[in-house]
Amino acid sequence: MKAANMPSEKQLSVSDNEVLIELKNINKWYGGFHALKDVDLTVRKGERIVLCGPSGSGKSTLIRCINHLEEIKDGSIRVAGKEIDKAAKSIEAVRREVGMVFQSFNLFPHLKVIDNCTLALRRVKGIERPEAEEIARKYLDRVHILEQADKHPAQLSGGQQQRVAIARALCMEPKVMLFDEPTSALDPEMVKEVLDTMIGLAEDGMTMICVTHEMGFARQVGHRVLFMADGEILEETTPSEFFKNPQHERAKAFLGEILAHH
Amino acid sequence: MDSFRLWLHGHGNGEAVFPLSLQEISLSKLDFSIVIERWADLLHGVLFTLALSATGIFFALVIGVVGVAMRRSGSRLVQVPVIMFVELIRNTPFLVQIFFLFFALPLIGIRLGPTVTAIIALAINGGAYSIEIIRGGVDSIPRGQVEAGAALGMSRRQIFSDIILIPALRSIYPALTSQFILLTLTSSVCSSISASELTHFAQRIESETFRSFEVYFTITGLYLLISWLIMAALSALGNRHFSYPNQ
Repeated sequence: MKAANMPSEKQLSVSDNEVLIELKNINKWYGGFHALKDVDLTVRKGERIVLCGPSGSGKSTLIRCINHLEEIKDGSIRVAGKEIDKAAKSIEAVRREVGMVFQSFNLFPHLKVIDNCTLALRRVKGIERPEAEEIARKYLDRVHILEQADKHPAQLSGGQQQRVAIARALCMEPKVMLFDEPTSALDPEMVKEVLDTMIGLAEDGMTMICVTHEMGFARQVGHRVLFMADGEILEETTPSEFFKNPQHERAKAFLGEILAHH
Repeated sequence: MDSFRLWLHGHGNGEAVFPLSLQEISLSKLDFSIVIERWADLLHGVLFTLALSATGIFFALVIGVVGVAMRRSGSRLVQVPVIMFVELIRNTPFLVQIFFLFFALPLIGIRLGPTVTAIIALAINGGAYSIEIIRGGVDSIPRGQVEAGAALGMSRRQIFSDIILIPALRSIYPALTSQFILLTLTSSVCSSISASELTHFAQRIESETFRSFEVYFTITGLYLLISWLIMAALSALGNRHFSYPNQ
């Protein structure tokens, strides 16, 4: 397989798919700070998007708007055909379609690994415990951590916790997965196990939006790289184009910084 | 100056008005047989105080949790009554609260027996303090926990009861335990409306026998015992529910 051909092949395979996420003219303010400026984003089923950019550029804010963890000032958000409005019901409906993995794992410390995974299945989807546990075991097995099912989060390493967090999100069988710097809080030796899990998901065709600085990951699985700075998407291209031939000055400077450390 | 002396010494022309001087209490004159004779009354008092305290603690905890949930609701209409309740209870004496329930409420047709009054008074008093303590625990829960629940599609109420509550209670459990010990000791004030708890029996025995020292010495020990029992029960409860390993 020729690496240079991969992005275009990847792109072709999803370009006709249905649109899963459609953000239009998103504006977000933190007090007087304009965090997102007229951002548009369309994500098709099966597409894998890597969001990168300097800190404070709005990339985390952008993906947190998709499941309404951040409230937007104006613009429209449609996920899997459902539009988010102010009503709690519409927000919860969209959240059921969207899985999210956080930088700091955010596992529930008082619940065992298995119960972390079954909680939303039981409470949100109303699935009885035995069936919920069956689903949870399936996804824990998929992230290779089934043997830790009866432990509490604090008894696991960071990498293991993050894999549980991925399994917990997968249990809800979301149409799209959002990753908000999933490896930034990890010790270096644990980054690989989490990235491998994410690559596995990508190979299974999961639609993914990843905020990450792992450029190897971006190159390997991304269909598109979006480069953000100051609340705007400055560059939107294939990973190979982005790394080979960044257009914007900010992107060149950013890549220089990142690659100097790798 | 005169009024100060009066305040300090009472009406005895500058002399303290203690019934006995210290020399009068000598070991040879102590007679604990009277306490032993009335063991059944004292046991009844101990058991009643234990039951009263346990019931009061249970309802105080319920009021505390429900109050915090209401306090966190988005609606001012739900929040404001809780804020007013906490302010009212925490800034008035318990004795006045229990007198109000027992003597004032009958005037508007609500007549409660001493036991029921005692339970209600202890529950609302302990509940008001619990609300403030539990609220502190809830505030200490990282935002990421709420976001993780929200991202899974859980409602605000589910996030509170299934995700926040247990870690929040765990973080403030020592403070809550000492508040509940205080509630247990405060139950002695319920003797003022003749709820048949331990202090009530002590007062009765003392007034019949005039053996103040023996009676109050004994019930001091008994209250110590009651506090230990309640503390042991609360700590067992804590071990059962809050003993998960933490980061």
